[in-house]
Amino acid sequence: MTATPVLVLLDHAADGTLRPPVRELLTLARELAGDAGVQGVWAGDEDVAAAVPALAAQGVTTVHRLATDTDVHLSAVLADGLEAALAASGAALVLLVSSFENKEAAARLAVRTGAGVVTDVDGLEVQAGRVVAHKTVLAGTWTTRCAVSAPTAVVTVKANSVVAQDAAAPSSPQVVDLPVEVRASSTRVRLVERTELAGSGRPDLGSAHVVVVGGRGTEGDFSAVEELADVLGGAVGATRVATDEGWIGHDAQIGQTGVTVSPRLYVGAGVSGAVHHRGGMQASGTIVAVNSDPDAPIFEIADFGVVGDLFAVLPQAAAELRRLQG
Amino acid sequence: MRIVVCVKFVPDIQSDRQLGPDGRVVRDGGDGTLNELDENAVEAALALAEEHDGHVVVLTVGPDDAVDAVRKGLQMGADEAVHVLDDAVAGSDAIGTATVLAAAVRHLGADAPVDLVLTGMAGLDGLTSLLPAALAEALDLPALPLASTLAVDPAVGTVTVTRRLDHATETLSADLPVLVSVTDGLNEPRYPNFKGIMAARKKPVTTLTLADLGVDPGTVGAAGARTEVLEAAARPPREDRVLLTDTGDAGTRLAAWLVERKLV
Ligand SMILES: Cc1cc2nc3c(=O)[nH]c(=O)nc-3n(C[C@H](O)[C@H](O)[C@H](O)COP(=O)(O)OP(=O)(O)OC[C@H]3O[C@@H](n4cnc5c(N)ncnc54)[C@H](O)[C@@H]3O)c2cc1C
Ligand SMILES: Nc1ncnc2c1ncn2[C@@H]1O[C@H](COP(=O)(O)O)[C@@H](O)[C@H]1O
Repeated sequence: MTATPVLVLLDHAADGTLRPPVRELLTLARELAGDAGVQGVWAGDEDVAAAVPALAAQGVTTVHRLATDTDVHLSAVLADGLEAALAASGAALVLLVSSFENKEAAARLAVRTGAGVVTDVDGLEVQAGRVVAHKTVLAGTWTTRCAVSAPTAVVTVKANSVVAQDAAAPSSPQVVDLPVEVRASSTRVRLVERTELAGSGRPDLGSAHVVVVGGRGTEGDFSAVEELADVLGGAVGATRVATDEGWIGHDAQIGQTGVTVSPRLYVGAGVSGAVHHRGGMQASGTIVAVNSDPDAPIFEIADFGVVGDLFAVLPQAAAELRRLQG
Repeated sequence: MRIVVCVKFVPDIQSDRQLGPDGRVVRDGGDGTLNELDENAVEAALALAEEHDGHVVVLTVGPDDAVDAVRKGLQMGADEAVHVLDDAVAGSDAIGTATVLAAAVRHLGADAPVDLVLTGMAGLDGLTSLLPAALAEALDLPALPLASTLAVDPAVGTVTVTRRLDHATETLSADLPVLVSVTDGLNEPRYPNFKGIMAARKKPVTTLTLADLGVDPGTVGAAGARTEVLEAAARPPREDRVLLTDTGDAGTRLAAWLVERKLV
C-alpha cells in the first residue's frame, strides 16, 4: 500500500485556515505515503488559498476541491466526494480527524466501497502491506493494535496523536476541481440551518495541548480555571454538571457524551472523576487533579493530585507559573 | 407509526472491563447491560408512540445475554422485541453489525412498513459511533444523527432534529421513513415500574438467525470483518505519581512540577 498516495480530509475553519489536527494528520500521512505523496480533499466553499501555505509546508502534492452545488456538510454528500477523491487519487488509505461528522462520512464510505474503518486512532503504521492502527479503548484503560484487512482503509485519528512537523522540502500544491456525482439519495436530508460557533479566543477544546476543566466544585465560578488555562495557553472544559447548570456552554462538556480530549496535560479542578467523564479524558498524557475530597475517584488516575481547595491552589499555581515564565 | 429501536448489550461501564487477547470484550455473565445511551432512544420511541399512536419494536444483535437489553426495553414500555442470535455474528465489526441490523429491519418491514429507526449516539463499550450512519447507508434511509431535539410532524411525514457538533449547530430535516440517532441530552429515560416489569413478561421476544434473515454468514462476523485486532493489552499503571495534601504551598509545588516535567 505504500506505493499509493495517502488521502487526508482537510478540515478547516470558515476563514479557510486548517484545523490544527489536520497538520498532525498530514505529518502522519507523509510518513506512511513516502514517495507516493500526500493528497488532500477540500470540502466546502471556503477559499483554499488561505490554507495553501500550510499545505505547501506539509508537502501536499494535490488538493482535490470537491465541486458540487449541494452542501458538503451533509455526511452522505461528503461520502460521495470522498468516494470520488479515492478514485481520482488511487489512494488506499484515507485519514480524517476524529469527529462525529467525519465518522458519519467514514461509515458511509466503508459501506459503499468495502473499505475497513477504524476510529479514534492514536497511531498508524504499515506492516506487511497492511495498515495497522493503534487505539486506546475502554475509557483509555486498554491499548489495542488493529489491522485493516480490506484493500482500502478509512481511519479517523484523534487530535494530539502526532507532533505536527513540516516536510523537509515544501511543495507547490496543485488545486484541482473534482466534479462530484451526488447520488439522489444523498440529498434527501435537508440542512435547514447551520450556525458556526463563535471561537472562545482560547485554543479549540478538542485539539488543545492543554485543557483545564472545572466541575461542580467551582460552584459556577470559573475564574480560577480560566486564569490557569490562560497561563498555560490551554482550553477550558467542564463536566456535565457544570454545563447542565449553565455555568458554561454545552460545547465545553468533556466526557463520553461530550468532547473526547487527549491533551498532553489535563487539569481537573473540582471534578470527581465519574466514569462518564473519564471516558472522555483518561487517555490524556498527564493528568493533574485538584479536589478537596481525598477519596475522589479522579485521584486513582492522576499523575499529580492535590487534596485541597481549588480556589487556593489554582491561583497560586498560576501566579507561580507567571513568575517562573518571567 | 412503526418504530424500530436498535439497542446494544454492553459491559457495564461501572464494572472492571477487560479485553481478551483477540481484542473482544470478555463477557463474564452478569455484568452486561443495556447500553445506557440507548435508553434515550427507547424513551424517544415511547414518547413518539404515545403521541402518534405508534408501535415500538426493540431490536438487538448479540450473544445469548443480549436478550437482557431488549427485555429492559420491553420493561420500559416497548411492544415487542427481536433478538438476532447466531454464532456466526461473533466478531463483527460495525459494518458487519450494520449488515445484520439492516436485514432485520427489512425483515420487520415485510410485516408492515417501518417509519422510523432509532439508535443511541454511541455504544459505551467502544464509543465508535459508526453504526447509525452505516445502518442508514445499508438501508438507504436518510439519517438525522445526534439529535438533541426531535420533532415529528406525522401529517406531512417530516422529521426535524437539531444537533450540536464541535464547531457548529445544525437543524436537519427529512421525510419519513428516516433513521435518527439520539443524544443523552434529548430526554430523561423513564425507569421501568412494577407494572411495566410484569407486563414485559407477556410481551413477545422473537429470536432470529442469519438464515431467517437471508444473510450470508461469510459476510458478517469474524469471517466478514474488514478489521482484525492483532493485540490488546491493559495500559500500564501511571508511574511516579504524586499525591499531596495542600498545606499552603501546593499551588507552587504544582507549578514547579509542571515546569520540571516540561509541560509548560
Ligand atoms: C448517560 C450519562 C452520560 C454522561 N456523560 C457525561 C459526560 O460526557 N461528561 C461528564 O462530565 N459527565 C457525564 N455524566 C455525568 C457524570 O456521571 C457525573 O455526574 C459528572 O461527571 C460529575 O461532575 P462533577 O465532577 O463536576 O461533579 P461531582 O461528581 O459532584 O464532583 C464535584 C467534586 O468537586 C469537589 N469539590 C467541591 N468543592 C471543591 C473545592 N472548593 N475545591 C476542590 N474540589 C472541590 C468535590 O469533592 C467533588 O469531588 C453523564 C451521566 C450519564 C448518566
Ligand atoms: N449489536 C447491536 N445491536 C443493536 N443495536 C446496536 C448494536 N450495535 C450498535 N447498535 C446501535 O448503534 C448505536 C451506536 O453504536 P456504536 O456504533 O457501536 O457506537 C448504539 O447506541 C445502538 O443504538
